[in-house]
Amino acid sequence: MQRYEMVCIGAGPAGLAAAIEAAKNQVEVVVYDENDKPGGQLFKQIHKFFGSREHRAKERGIKIGQDLLDEARQLGVEVVLNGIVLGIYQNGAMNVMVQDRLEQVKAEKVLIATGASENMIPFPGWTLPGVIGAGAAQTMANIHGIKPGNRVLVVGSGNVGLVVGFQLLQAGCCVEAVIDAAPKIGGYGVHASKLARFGVPFFMSHTIKEAHGNNTVEGATIIQVDKSWKPVPGTEKHYDVDTICIAVGLNPMTQLSRMSGCDMVHEPGLGGNIPAHDVNQETSISGVYVAGDASGIEEASTAIIEGRIAGLAIANKLGYLSDDAFQTKREEQLQSMKGLRSGAHGGMRGEAKERLNNAIKG
Amino acid sequence: MRISEHPILGTFEKGREIQFTFDGKTMKGFEDEPIAIALRSNGVMVHRHTTKRDEPRGIFCAIGRCTDCIMVVDGIPNVRTCVEQLKEGMIIQTQMGMGPKISMEQNHAKI
Repeated sequence: MQRYEMVCIGAGPAGLAAAIEAAKNQVEVVVYDENDKPGGQLFKQIHKFFGSREHRAKERGIKIGQDLLDEARQLGVEVVLNGIVLGIYQNGAMNVMVQDRLEQVKAEKVLIATGASENMIPFPGWTLPGVIGAGAAQTMANIHGIKPGNRVLVVGSGNVGLVVGFQLLQAGCCVEAVIDAAPKIGGYGVHASKLARFGVPFFMSHTIKEAHGNNTVEGATIIQVDKSWKPVPGTEKHYDVDTICIAVGLNPMTQLSRMSGCDMVHEPGLGGNIPAHDVNQETSISGVYVAGDASGIEEASTAIIEGRIAGLAIANKLGYLSDDAFQTKREEQLQSMKGLRSGAHGGMRGEAKERLNNAIKG
Repeated sequence: MRISEHPILGTFEKGREIQFTFDGKTMKGFEDEPIAIALRSNGVMVHRHTTKRDEPRGIFCAIGRCTDCIMVVDGIPNVRTCVEQLKEGMIIQTQMGMGPKISMEQNHAKI
């Protein structure tokens, strides 16, 4: 059995940031990621980020991802790719599938930074080739350089739907419309404006009724919904699209945190059932930490800060970082986080996070 | 379908151009890119038909999670084509239902 001081599960923004802070403080850390490339979803984010300069505003996700990777590499952080953590047991014991081998690993501290998976809405025809998740659209266009479709209907007007809608335009696709069952656009105005400037129509209080086609998507029917979210007959509109891109939210990947036995709290604003965690990102199970989308759906910038806090807390618990130094460094990160958890969108997330923190105290 | 010049990303780095077959037809793709991407660039949308209802399926999540894009690759069924890399001369087939039965040895040889 391989023993480590710290294991990070997931090499996205949260996992890498945690590993970096831990490694800076001489913690022996290994990062597992199930993909063949590190960086999580950062390398698909070709848009500029928000916030202040300290949050890397105006920089694209791909640059932030590359910088994190470079920093991790310089610190000698070991990132094991194609490494799937299959199970987590008591006292930090884990089973990891690396390529074709099953390895047993034990860590004094574990950080679960497994990210999120996409929500879906079922409708007649939703299994047809041509109905894709928003993440698939990003992967195809921004990683592999292939158009996800020619004429696309985007379902969902949250930030993911808006950002991916614009990225589809950049990839050379025609975005026929963005629809959302909610009466108002869910994402930031600035992202919506970019699409509107290109003449993309928005249909609020509309949902998808059906996808048409025999072997692939050949069209879509949308329908208006009333105040109680019920479809209004006679309001159908038809679009000749070959692709329907679904962007209806994310939910945290909690398989491993649930398996570890930690307390879960339902927080709809953060994506569903979330592991309760304290301000150091530690769950109700001592030594098991969570950060990033796996601890509640937010953004890459908040994931990086949560990761850093977890990394610092672990370094402190393992005795590599004095209490005073830890308090100072954590305070810097918490101050930085305040800016991201304010305003109409961030404020609600901040309150939900506080409830998670309180859940662990009780 | 390939993006020749992306306004933000410029051109995409690809491996060398190689040949493979899809249901007997010779096609071209780039080495080490996901099989699904090479197929899409050749206009292939349907990857498999389901066991019970014979419904078509294709790319859905594109990151190896949903397994909707699985196909028969070099005789091995249930290969996730969105994450499996394309190699020279690969024989790729539309998967019907659960695909061909294979022996344990073949299955182990795969990994």
